[in-house]
Amino acid sequence: MTKALSITKGVHDWLFSIMSENVASIVEMVLIALVYLGIFSVAGLFLVLIERRVAAWFQLRIGPNRVGFQGLLQTMADALKLLSKELTGTEKADKFLYNLAPYFVIITALMALAVIPFTQEFHAFDINIGIFFLIAISSIGVIGILLGGWSSNNKFALIGAMRSGVQTISYELSIGLSLLTMILITESLQLSQIIEVQKNGWLIVQGHIPAIIAFMIYMIAGTAETNRAPFDMAEAESELGAGFHTEYSGMKFAYFFLAEFINMFIIAAIATTVFFGGWLSPFGITEAIPILGVFWFLAKTMVLVFLMMWFRWTFPRLRVDQLLTLEWKYLLPLNLMNIVLMAFIVWQNLTIQF
Amino acid sequence: MTNEALQALIGSWYPNPEATLPPEKKEAPTSDEALPTEEIVVNPSLLEFNEEGSQFLNIKVAPEKLHSLMERLKQDEQTKFDYLFCLSGVDWGAELGVVYHLESTIHRHIVVVKVHTADREDPTLDTVYDLWATAEFHEREVFDFFGIKFNNHPNLKRLFLTEEWEGFPLRKDYEDEINMVIK
Amino acid sequence: METTTKETNFKSEEYFINMGPQHPATHGVLRLLLTIDGEIIRKVEPDLGYIHRSIEKMCERDSYQQIVHLTDRMDYLSSNINNEAVCLTVENALQLEIPERVKVIRTIIGELTRISSHCLWWGVMGMDVGALTTYFYGFRDRELINDIFEETCGARLTMNYNVPGGLMFDIHPNFVQRVKDFLVHFKTKLPEYDRLLTGNVIFHKRTKGVGILTKEDAISFGASGPVARASGYSCDVRKHHPYSALDKVSFNESLKTEGDTFARYQVRIQEMWESMSIIEQLIDNIPEGEHRVTTNAVIKLPKGEFYQKVETARGELGVYIISTGTKSPYRLKFRSPGFSNLSLLNHIAIGGKIGDLVATMATLDLVIPDIDR
Repeated sequence: MTKALSITKGVHDWLFSIMSENVASIVEMVLIALVYLGIFSVAGLFLVLIERRVAAWFQLRIGPNRVGFQGLLQTMADALKLLSKELTGTEKADKFLYNLAPYFVIITALMALAVIPFTQEFHAFDINIGIFFLIAISSIGVIGILLGGWSSNNKFALIGAMRSGVQTISYELSIGLSLLTMILITESLQLSQIIEVQKNGWLIVQGHIPAIIAFMIYMIAGTAETNRAPFDMAEAESELGAGFHTEYSGMKFAYFFLAEFINMFIIAAIATTVFFGGWLSPFGITEAIPILGVFWFLAKTMVLVFLMMWFRWTFPRLRVDQLLTLEWKYLLPLNLMNIVLMAFIVWQNLTIQF
Repeated sequence: MTNEALQALIGSWYPNPEATLPPEKKEAPTSDEALPTEEIVVNPSLLEFNEEGSQFLNIKVAPEKLHSLMERLKQDEQTKFDYLFCLSGVDWGAELGVVYHLESTIHRHIVVVKVHTADREDPTLDTVYDLWATAEFHEREVFDFFGIKFNNHPNLKRLFLTEEWEGFPLRKDYEDEINMVIK
Repeated sequence: METTTKETNFKSEEYFINMGPQHPATHGVLRLLLTIDGEIIRKVEPDLGYIHRSIEKMCERDSYQQIVHLTDRMDYLSSNINNEAVCLTVENALQLEIPERVKVIRTIIGELTRISSHCLWWGVMGMDVGALTTYFYGFRDRELINDIFEETCGARLTMNYNVPGGLMFDIHPNFVQRVKDFLVHFKTKLPEYDRLLTGNVIFHKRTKGVGILTKEDAISFGASGPVARASGYSCDVRKHHPYSALDKVSFNESLKTEGDTFARYQVRIQEMWESMSIIEQLIDNIPEGEHRVTTNAVIKLPKGEFYQKVETARGELGVYIISTGTKSPYRLKFRSPGFSNLSLLNHIAIGGKIGDLVATMATLDLVIPDIDR
């Protein structure tokens, strides 16, 4: 344990020493919330910029590189612009639901972010139902989309919201089942435990064939969960204007927009944790410096985020009924068979251990 | 088919009951030399054929026979005009008219059918939408710009201009001091 | 227009959706009134006239040289071919002898225009079905052609290079070399585009079996161009009524029989290859000669009616001039390809979904100023 990582422990001990236990817990939680809000905003800004640069790279152009060094302040500028925009609401919109909808997506994104292990010490809430909690939280996120589309009193928004709702509900099944496939190896839902198990080799290597299948299904379903191309029928720009967030402007639009990027980050983070060893370095080369775990974690997550961005800018989008056909007729049966296969492999101790 | 053969064939569908001429005189109205035909011979057919001033055979037909002629032109095996590629309205000054350019996809020949109507107040013609589906939009355009109504048209309303527009712009007597710039 | 709405509860009732006039998928200012039942389209009614500029009425007042300038505002993506249509009508009416050089250059520029229009079409097609990167690739190659045009004709979009009697100026000395370089470059790019979209399984699922148009319907609706050729109707004006130097080149007409969106897509890609082959046959042997035949300053066509068909990138454009011997036509009618192609949208979109409508419209390749004139 080096000095840097004992910061969290040091702060924890200091708080508990100067206040009573209840107050210290509350103050600690407020601090954690503030830190994570900070991470959320910075990550959001950074991801938007990366998306724009990667898109520009695919499209043989440069992308934003003027505002700040290599465009790092570009999203700040956009956020400031969005803050100053007029919040146009429609007259007949259901005011309460209209205002409530963006908060659903923000809150679920933040809640999911809170349980992800960035490194051994940097783990806000290490609950024993980690994976289950994450899947449950992503199910709540769909409420925000449906509310947003419905309360806008706009036919396009409603169609977009309905499409998105049905898509999210369908693909949650695939996400859950593919993660379940990996839980069969780890024998625990707790995220830190899952990473402990991977000290014997990343789960995607331990589970070989069914793990690879599960990973592919997970990536497809994860892209669909976040309404990104090729599954972005809900906000298909060339069909329905802007889909479920047509009627939102200014900060509320920024919430939806940021939440989409954070969701993408969360999907990639979960995949990193469950399949690729989380913050563990490959072959344990930097095990002596735990703080580098953050670097490994971010590196692996960014590779997966880049993969999702690659999908978006290459493939055409699927039609809504083709989307659902893909899930219910192809992914779901495949997933179920994969679970059986994995169970067989675990039972027969055919996993690859290092 | 050549223009002469087409003319003979189509003309024979509507023989003129007043024509009692021997067959050889039938060639006279169709030659390219400008012959004053009206005084000398009676048209053997109820349709008027013309080839001067145009690269295709022009058939002029009365409004009552328009639909039956078109139907026959489309269905007859030797003519088989199944492609209507241009439907234009024309304001001939005293009369309003419609010009149909027909092509056959099998024989690859082209004719032009013209129909005039002298009624400028409420001109009405038969639609050919049931024969060529493309006529739906073209006839709406003619109605929009010339005011010619078409019987049995499924959806006869203005196409380009708004519903409240008054007047028919492509007529020669259309006046609009504000929008039209006349040199 | 009906504007009442019926909320969809649990019964499937039809409701109206308005697409356009400002909409990313309707290529231009077109308003579509869709009657939808859930996701299935029951009726599509186009509402035209948003960019109607009464070109035909203006032509009754303008001289023939001025009319040429009006034509390339119609279908601005094949502006050179539109200009060529009017110039050919006037020249055939006056029975002018056009030098071979002019004919060959007109054909080369016409085919380059066709390639540039199809590049843009390809980019927009990908964008409409969701592959947003294709837009940039299509425009990148279009820029190269635009640069060639800018050097020779002076403009990038509305070229007005053709005048009745020939070409406005002679071609730039670099023209031949630049066109050859472009052909070499584009031959490596077109297979890349094929792989990106044509080979993509998602694209196949979006376009195969969608928007099927039978041959009888294509003929009855007056379809022309790639739309009709994909249904099996051989209607290439360059083959059946050749003009300029097109009777001297040999090329294949791209025909398919399925009539669905994918067939229309393939026909256009094939047409790009054929256009390149036509240019290759002509580019090395441009005959020497005058670039223009002098006409009177005031052109008066003889009395009569004149019709000229040309093959634009969208289909068959017809110019019908009724002249009474004055300096302006008595009546000029443009038979625009998009007009007839749009009329079949209702027929082929019914029963499909909104996503299919967008893909179908992308392959119909409508340019609304061409329809509205």
